[in-house]
Amino acid sequence: MFIYTLKRLLLAVLVAVTVSFISFSLLFLAGDPAIAMAGEGATEQDIEAIRSLYGFNRPFVIQYLDWLLRAVSGDFGDSFYFKTPVIDLIAAHLPVTMTLGVLAITFALCVAVPLGVLAATRPNSFVDRLCLFFSVMGQAMPSFWFGLVLIMIFSIWFRLLPASGADTWKHFVLPTIVLGYYAMPAIMRLTRAGMLEVLSADYIRTARAKGLSQNKILFKHALRNAIIPVVSLAAVQLGFMLGGSIVVESIFALHGAGFLAWESIARNDFPTIQALILVFSMFYIVFTFCADVANAWLDPRMRVN
Amino acid sequence: MSVSSQTTQTLLKSPSPRDVILLRARGHLGLLFSLSIMGTLLFLAVAAPLLSPHDPYLQDLANRLQSPVFLGGSWEHPLGTDHLGRDYLSRLLYGAQISLLIGFAAALISGLIGTTLGVLAGYFGGRVDLIVTFLINVRLAMPVVLVALALVALFGGSLLVVILVLGLLLWDRFAVVLRSATMQVRSMEYIAAGQILGTRLPRLLAKDVLPNIADSLIVIITLEMAHAIILEAALSFLGLGVQPPVPSWGLMISEGKEMLFFQPWLITIPGIALFVLVLAINMLGDGLRDVSAPEGRN
Repeated sequence: MFIYTLKRLLLAVLVAVTVSFISFSLLFLAGDPAIAMAGEGATEQDIEAIRSLYGFNRPFVIQYLDWLLRAVSGDFGDSFYFKTPVIDLIAAHLPVTMTLGVLAITFALCVAVPLGVLAATRPNSFVDRLCLFFSVMGQAMPSFWFGLVLIMIFSIWFRLLPASGADTWKHFVLPTIVLGYYAMPAIMRLTRAGMLEVLSADYIRTARAKGLSQNKILFKHALRNAIIPVVSLAAVQLGFMLGGSIVVESIFALHGAGFLAWESIARNDFPTIQALILVFSMFYIVFTFCADVANAWLDPRMRVN
Repeated sequence: MSVSSQTTQTLLKSPSPRDVILLRARGHLGLLFSLSIMGTLLFLAVAAPLLSPHDPYLQDLANRLQSPVFLGGSWEHPLGTDHLGRDYLSRLLYGAQISLLIGFAAALISGLIGTTLGVLAGYFGGRVDLIVTFLINVRLAMPVVLVALALVALFGGSLLVVILVLGLLLWDRFAVVLRSATMQVRSMEYIAAGQILGTRLPRLLAKDVLPNIADSLIVIITLEMAHAIILEAALSFLGLGVQPPVPSWGLMISEGKEMLFFQPWLITIPGIALFVLVLAINMLGDGLRDVSAPEGRN
C-alpha cells in the first residue's frame, strides 16, 4: 500500500510539473508577449522596456523555473489587467466556484445514486429506460443551451429564480442543476453496473437466504460495496466540474474562478490565465490522486497495477 | 456425396461477418433511425447553397427579428430573421456545414493521435505504456474548455484553428480505450502466430491488431465527433470559437441570448438543431457497436 501510494504520488507530481510547463508555455506560443503587451504603435524602446520589466529577455527555461518556484509559494505575479497579485484575484473568486462544484456534485449524487439503484433492481423496467433516456439527453444537450432554457422557464416565464448573480442561495439553484446534470449519467451508469454485479454475488444470496428484507440487502449489503467506485468517480467528476464551470458561470454571471478565466482570456491577461489553468489542473490532480489511493486502500486488487 | 464436400457446403452456407452485420443492421431501429437523420443532415449541409432561400450573410435591418412561420411569420423567412435581419433558415443550413466539418475533422485528428498512442501503448506495454499513460494523465489534468479558449484567443478564432485545437485536445478517450482494447488483442494467439511467422510490425498492427479493435474505434469516433461539435458550439457561444459573421450554431445561440425574453425561438431553433445532430451521432455509435460486436454475431 505504501509503495503504491508513493508511486501514485510520483506520477501526480510529474503530471503537475508537466502541466505547469504547458500552462507557462502557452504565453509564448503565439509569439513575443512583450510585443503583444506594448500594443500597436509601440517603439522598439517601449518593447525593450517591457521585456526587461517582466524579465522576458531571460532564457525561457530560467523564466519558467522562476515562475514555477514562485508559483509553489503562491506567487503568480501581478495581473496585467488589474495590476493586483493574481493569487488575491483567485482567492476572491475561487469560493464561488468551489461552492458551485460541491453543490453540483452533491446534487448529482443525490439524484443519480438512487436512480442507479432503482434501475439495477429493475433492469429493463420503466425506471431503467427513464435513466437511460436522461443520460442520452444529457450527452446531446449543450450545457449552455440547457442553462438558457432553464433561465427562460424559471426566470422569465415563472419568475421563480434569478438568472444572474451570486448573492443568495437562489442564485445557485439553476447553475447547480445545469452543472450537476452532466455528472449524473456516469454516476448513474456506474451505480447501476456496480449494483448489478454485487446483487449477483454469493453473499447477497446468503443474505436473502437469511431472510433479510430487500431494503436491508440493498442498502446495507449491496450499496456499500457498489458505492466505492462511485465515490472515486465523483471525486474525478468534481475535478472536471471545477474546470468546466466556466461555461455555466458565464451564462449565470456567477463571478467565480471560471468567470475570471473567461474575462482574463478576453483581456489577454496571461499571468491570470496561466495561474488558473494550473490551479484547476491541481484540483483535478489532487482529487484523482485521493480517489486512486482511497480505491486502493478499500480494494487491495487495485494496488497490483 | 462425400463428407468433405458436405463440409464445404455448410461452410459456404454460413454467412460471412459482413452479411451478419448487414442483417443485424436491418433489424436495428436505432441505427436505421440515426443513419437516416445523419444522412438528411449531411444532405442539408452539402446542399445548403441550393436549399437556403437567402444569403446567410445578407443583412436586412428593415426586416430584423421576423418571427418564424409557425409563430405567425411569413414564408419569405420560414424560420424568421435574426437581430441583423439575416435569414435564420439559411444560417441554420450553413451552420450544419460548420458543425459537421468540425466534428469530422477534429475527430480525424484526435483519432489519429489517440489511436497511435493507444495501440503503441497496448501493444508494446512496459516503458512505452508508461509514457503514454503519463501523457493521458497530463491531458486529463488540463481543463479542456479553458485551454481551448486560451489557445483560440491566442491564435485567432478561425475555423482551422478551432479544428486543430479541438483535434489536439480530444484524443484522450481514443488512447484510453484503444490501449486496453489492444492489450486484449495482443494476448490472442493469432498475434503470436503473426510474430512467429515474422510479419513486419507495421503490417501486424495494420492487418491483425487494427481490424480487431475497429469496433471500439468506431464508437469512440462518434462520441468524439459529438464532443467536438458540442465544444465548438460552447467556444463560439463564449465568443472565443468561430468568429462572426460565420453562422456557427453556438454563435447563433450566443447572439440570440440577448433576445431571450421576446424571441426565445432564436436560441431554441439552433439548440434543437445541435441536439438532434449530437443525438443522431451518439445513437449511430451505439447502433454500430451493437451490430459489429463480435459476441452474438452468429
